[in-house]
Amino acid sequence: MSAYKIIDHEYDVVVLGAGGSGLRAAVGLSEAGLKTACVSKVFPTRSHTSAAQGGISAALGNMGEDDWRWHMYDTVKGADWLGDQDSIEYLCKEAPAAVLELEKYGVPFSRTEEGKIYQRPFGGMTKNYGNETVQRTCAAADRTGHAILHTLYGQALKHNTEFFIEYFALDLIMKDGACKGIIAWNLNDGTIHRFRSHTTIIATGGYGKVYYSATSAHTCTGDGNAMALRAGLPLQDMEFVQFHPTGIYGHGTLISEGVRGEGGYLVNSKGERFMERYAPKAKDLASRDVVSRSIAVEINEGRGIGKEQDHVHLHIDHLDPKVIDERLPGISEASKLFANVDVTKEPIPVVPTVHYNMGGIPTNYKAEVLTLNGSEKTVPGLMAIGEAACVSVHGANRLGSNSLIDLVVFGRAAAKRAAELVKPGMKHDEIDKNETDRCLDRFDKLRNSEGSNPTSELRLSMQKTMQSKCAVFRTEKTLKEGVDEIRKPYDGMDSLSVKDKSLIFNTDLVETLEFDNLIRQAITTMDSAYHRKESRGAHAREDFPKRDDENYMQHTLSWCNGSKTKINYRPVHRSTLTNDVQYFPPQERVY
Amino acid sequence: MVQLNLPTNSKVEKGQYYKDKTGSNNIRKVNVYRWDPSTNENPRLDTYEVDMDNCSSKVLDILNKIKNEIDPSVAYRRSCAHGVCGSCAMNMNGKNGLACTKAHSELNGDIDIYPLPHLKVLKDLIGDLSTLYKQYESVEPWLKTSKVNDKENIQSKDDRAKLDGLYECIMCACCSTSCPSYWWNGEKYLGPAVLLQAYRWIIDSRDEDRKERLKKVADELKLYRCHTILNCTNACPKGLNPAKAIAEIKKMLATA
Repeated sequence: MSAYKIIDHEYDVVVLGAGGSGLRAAVGLSEAGLKTACVSKVFPTRSHTSAAQGGISAALGNMGEDDWRWHMYDTVKGADWLGDQDSIEYLCKEAPAAVLELEKYGVPFSRTEEGKIYQRPFGGMTKNYGNETVQRTCAAADRTGHAILHTLYGQALKHNTEFFIEYFALDLIMKDGACKGIIAWNLNDGTIHRFRSHTTIIATGGYGKVYYSATSAHTCTGDGNAMALRAGLPLQDMEFVQFHPTGIYGHGTLISEGVRGEGGYLVNSKGERFMERYAPKAKDLASRDVVSRSIAVEINEGRGIGKEQDHVHLHIDHLDPKVIDERLPGISEASKLFANVDVTKEPIPVVPTVHYNMGGIPTNYKAEVLTLNGSEKTVPGLMAIGEAACVSVHGANRLGSNSLIDLVVFGRAAAKRAAELVKPGMKHDEIDKNETDRCLDRFDKLRNSEGSNPTSELRLSMQKTMQSKCAVFRTEKTLKEGVDEIRKPYDGMDSLSVKDKSLIFNTDLVETLEFDNLIRQAITTMDSAYHRKESRGAHAREDFPKRDDENYMQHTLSWCNGSKTKINYRPVHRSTLTNDVQYFPPQERVY
Repeated sequence: MVQLNLPTNSKVEKGQYYKDKTGSNNIRKVNVYRWDPSTNENPRLDTYEVDMDNCSSKVLDILNKIKNEIDPSVAYRRSCAHGVCGSCAMNMNGKNGLACTKAHSELNGDIDIYPLPHLKVLKDLIGDLSTLYKQYESVEPWLKTSKVNDKENIQSKDDRAKLDGLYECIMCACCSTSCPSYWWNGEKYLGPAVLLQAYRWIIDSRDEDRKERLKKVADELKLYRCHTILNCTNACPKGLNPAKAIAEIKKMLATA
């Protein structure tokens, strides 16, 4: 191995990632007086939180009566009873305060006539335990994520958080089962940096890019998830991949659920509003897994639209153009740019598109990372938040607008917990040189790859396999084939080709490191899906169409060493956090 | 007479030519600015023949195609691919824009792709935006309010509407790097992107620091280097109007 010069840093806490959850955590940590570094591979406002459109859920009750318990019930049901109800209680109870805090930070929320935060209807969000639609999703037009992300970055600046921008994190530094920091590569000047920290908070987002068609950004490669796997830790519930019902056909750009919240509806080639058949009550505002499956069935049964009959139409052309202009301006712009559609006159061609990972690094409601050692146990020094984490509040299917609230509630929770565990200026442990060597060996080996398989080809092969074998509907046969096929691109890394050998902004190497991260998550996703022989939330098995609470009301845990996985399970938490609310026992899930 | 010379190693040279290998009948020539800081070589313009029959509609699709299929070493920033993250701002056929929203059908002839103008280049199409980010910090982009209760600030719909056309800024820097005044005085003049952000907080009815904010930007160099050239408004890929925001600040100062 060639010698890399290492620059050392010491921080009380390191936050990895600068999206909504990472920034919220960083703000809280800086407020608590902890010396905090926030390390990100992109400038904070470029993070994918910026792409969130429709809104952030919280039972504020600005537009009619609401109660956080109703929000909790909806979330439990949306999750198809795979969510941990202690965590869901925490999320929904803390949500209103978290949104008000964002408003105080300066988020430019849309307003009601009385000047309060505007709230819109969203899929699966109901009044009085499933009775009728409620307006719970707080919105800044259809750019809510953008508005929140920019505002949180401003707050982090206000609190003098130290940023390390365009640093690509390589691995966690572990010692005796505890996390002691991270190693990162500075893309700006090519140097290697070792950050020691008492607590490391992984906030690296989802890994949508394991699929060919996703609303995810190119940078959504789940780097932190892969670091956890390489550190010998499991990922949880990886088989639960959310397909958003309305990605623009052919391009994958997200069209917010807020569109249906504001009155938009789906039709098939016969002009039928088909959702009425699948969800008589909630119709187009059923939860995402339900709507995506309904679209897939329409297409499979020959009622898709277009030459290939492979998509459906989303109408908002009946809405008042003034409403579209005020509440859905971003949608108009995206539809024009990527579908060449004037939404005031024509429908938008849409198709279910990979959008969100319910799975990730297992944590408790305090954001502490969990592993299994006989029973559940926390990993000292390590936390995870946001899409990277699996708390699990979204269970088998996330409700729209529950992700933004997840970011800020658990970002804040992580900061609070870290402030309890870490005192400013505590002394750092010695760390083993082997950890650094192991990390840089991998880096150096990938950098000097002289084989014949370009990263882009291996990535494409992985994405196509995931797209065809681990899609909306799954069967034993497709998954079995998937389990075999997904290992081919992994094995292809034996003869990898990396052309650029430089160290400054070597994006060839960045994409290779990202692929190395992605493929491990693709494998755990496929294997976890293969082993879950039931249908629950986003995991729909045609050969096991029913939910099986007796055998599978458990979280899948998946370890990955090379391309070998080990699957185990841990029970779903079947109790609430406090007596403020009663446990919601499993029911049949109808919308 | 003053003798003007380009700094050493700064002249853009003719680079490599990558001929099409697919046998396509629908070829477009794409010239890409290349510079590798780890060599002592001059920047160069590499030319790629790209098969347009198998390429999606945007300039970013061309770049991804080049990187995936022809030359993995080309460096550029990209992330969301639908115009909200602001990563892939660059100069295409002489005009700044986002590669992910710019349709190549709107560009005539061969396509020339350069980094955003007048930034220090870090590598290929990647420019150094650190000065602009520092300037952004200097306008203190956070709400200043003394209210500490746990209720939301009340803001009328009309007051909220004043933020439209401002809060949507994605900080891609297309505007600032198209501004001749910013090219000339980029260290001191805040430039259109940052002034638009400054105005976003000045005009927010919830903010209690308007006077101080105005005082801070009321500076010969920070603000008044804007000479209403309007390149900024012309360049903005989000259809925002930084020039108007600057004019509003000037008006507020003039009528204060």
